[in-house]
Amino acid sequence: MLSRVADSLYWMSRYLERVEHTARLIDVDFQLRLDQSPESGSGRWLRLLEALQVPVPAGAKIDAATLAHTLTLDRGNPSSIVSCISAARENMRQVREQCSSEMWEQLNRLYLQIVATPAGEAWVLHSQLFFRGVLDGAHLFQGVTDSTMSHGEGWHYIQLGRFVERTHGLAALIGTHFNRISQPLERTVDSDEYLEWVGLLKCCAAFEAYCKKYTAELRPLRVAEFLLLSPDFPHSVRFSVDKVHAALKTIGELTERKADSPMRLAGRLRANLSFGEIDEIMADGLDGYLSSIRKLCAQAHTAIHQIYFDYTVESALVQ
Amino acid sequence: MFQSPGVPRAHYQALFRTLLELPAEELKKSQQAADLSFLHQGITFTVYGNEQGTERVFPNDLLPRIIPGDEWQKIERGLTQRLTALNLFLQDIYHQGRILNDGVVPRELIYSCRHFRREMRGLPVPRGIYVSICGTDLVRLPDGEFAVLEDNLRVPSGVSYMLANRKVMKRVFPGLFGDYGVRPIDHYSQSLLSTLRALVPPNWSGRTEPTIALLTPGIFNSAYFEHTFLAQQMGVELVEGRDLLVHDNIVYMRTTAGLRRVDVIHRRVDDDFIDQLCFRPDSRLGVPGLFNAYRAGNVALVNAVGTGVADDKATYAYVPAIIRYYLNEDPILPNIETYVLTDKKQRNYVLEHLDQMVVKAVGESGGYGMLIGPQSTAEQREKFRRMIQVDPRNYIAQPTLALSRGPCFVDGEIGARHIDLRPYILFGENVTLVPGGLTRVALRKGSLVVNSSQGGGSKDTWVLRA
Repeated sequence: MLSRVADSLYWMSRYLERVEHTARLIDVDFQLRLDQSPESGSGRWLRLLEALQVPVPAGAKIDAATLAHTLTLDRGNPSSIVSCISAARENMRQVREQCSSEMWEQLNRLYLQIVATPAGEAWVLHSQLFFRGVLDGAHLFQGVTDSTMSHGEGWHYIQLGRFVERTHGLAALIGTHFNRISQPLERTVDSDEYLEWVGLLKCCAAFEAYCKKYTAELRPLRVAEFLLLSPDFPHSVRFSVDKVHAALKTIGELTERKADSPMRLAGRLRANLSFGEIDEIMADGLDGYLSSIRKLCAQAHTAIHQIYFDYTVESALVQ
Repeated sequence: MFQSPGVPRAHYQALFRTLLELPAEELKKSQQAADLSFLHQGITFTVYGNEQGTERVFPNDLLPRIIPGDEWQKIERGLTQRLTALNLFLQDIYHQGRILNDGVVPRELIYSCRHFRREMRGLPVPRGIYVSICGTDLVRLPDGEFAVLEDNLRVPSGVSYMLANRKVMKRVFPGLFGDYGVRPIDHYSQSLLSTLRALVPPNWSGRTEPTIALLTPGIFNSAYFEHTFLAQQMGVELVEGRDLLVHDNIVYMRTTAGLRRVDVIHRRVDDDFIDQLCFRPDSRLGVPGLFNAYRAGNVALVNAVGTGVADDKATYAYVPAIIRYYLNEDPILPNIETYVLTDKKQRNYVLEHLDQMVVKAVGESGGYGMLIGPQSTAEQREKFRRMIQVDPRNYIAQPTLALSRGPCFVDGEIGARHIDLRPYILFGENVTLVPGGLTRVALRKGSLVVNSSQGGGSKDTWVLRA
């Protein structure tokens, strides 16, 4: 497979994952806001921005309409939903012959749906429909991809992109949330805080799955364990890292390349999460743990880039 | 379509009957179904200099153009003859230059051509074939004979539309196909692939099969759809300049499994842009060092570099002489009468009769840079008059032709529109044509310009079994 094609598939997938993640976070945030007084909601915007790793817009006043616009329909913001979906589509347009036409049609439809949304105050009121549409569209695309594209090398780059991005997003989100709590980790959260924790779980589409495992009794430690270490929930860090590892392994076999460094990095990440104990992690400091995960993840990304997409001619000729 | 008013030519009769039976509503529905099918498949082209929505569906006309078997045989023989002669001509002018020494073609015409590549002097090409992929524009004259309007010997496009038109037509008029005995064209991609395989360079990698790639300028090129389509149909890699690199005069493509050697490149990038070390240094589409690898015989470029000198519109005027010179035969397909404007007498005649002439810039294609005398304003004629006087080598003139017309379904009714025909000729082990071609239509009533960039469309072309 051409390196450029692999690169495009990888980035298309990363951008789409980001679209989905952003849409879910804002949607959940808007819902939570309805139950809170304006005061308690003021700092929330900053946290949302931090969780999404979007710099606070300079000079602009921080209110619902402005920020919602910045994060969704603002083409000037490279992380907005509209920018990400455009980037995903542009990447796919360059490798159309590598994907199924169903995939192209679905991505194109989602793109047209998003760019057709009129910006403005009124939009915020009906935003729930918008976010629902984006999430449905993104899920549909994944389903179409899995069932119409052959699960060869290209498909594995799509998997890789999706789960590298997901690991990043989850680590940032969980870190932001746990940073601001001071209550004991073992105790059930009190009613003031309850909604915040439900919000965190919903941001990972994990509320129902959590309840199935631990009942609706929310304890910070359990939430952390679930979101970090659950081996079979698709929006946990461990699950995502497992997928990254699996994709890298298959790509390494398919291309017959000595992909030492990305495999080693992914293996370290995986070991970290497979054998980690939540008590130890919390005792050593969650922040440090999460930032080491993000760092390893970024290193894996760079290594993938150097080995498969943008290697030097000399290194390739030596092999 | 008609030999006299109300009486269709024999091979159109069945179509004519079907049309009479079919209510206009029905036809409209079929047209919509066809349009939708094009839109969904993304069969589009890009219009340059048009900001809003650069992707446009290529308009397709529902009514097929029908060519009887015997007429086609003549076209086939004529085009084979022409392409053979043009290849001998290119071989000659890039080597001994016999035709120039003998004064059949003026030397200054060749050396003043923008597309003449000195870099190609004395360079052998695989099988001595310069032009392997060619699309020649034909028109049907009032006397019923086909004549050559233009040769496209560089990177002719449109063949994917020929194939797509047929696919749609089979869905819309399945009944007619069986009755008519239409010859199939679907094997084009396979013929193209064997043509490319036949052109392996002397020092190719020598594995079981040569590695072939189709080099596209990228998604902003007007024919990008065609590039993806052909690559997919042939099962070869679609590459951009940045996917290729040259090391020790060997061309590689950058794949996730490492560098992979490339033997034959079907390039859809013009000479000028193909190698920034050798040609235009500002190109972002090319591969630095590609030409040296080509010179070294490590890679084949198809078509070869420098073929543009033979489809220069001023060279065109000499093609009948070229055919006689190399093959000692009379041309089977005639040329359109053409005035060479460097000749003072011809120039003066043209300048006096600008309102009856079609003036074309010699190096342009796609319907850009031309003047259609009868439809022009005094101001436009004045502009061309000045441009011709300043640079006569850059223009040729032809009398305005009465292009033949064919029935088309436009805006809900059937009307006659001007059409031409572009068959596609391949030259690998031997010269082959798929029976058919792209019939281009000037969809605007009365218009003579059929180019897609200028509001033209296309229709399916049926060549009948003899």
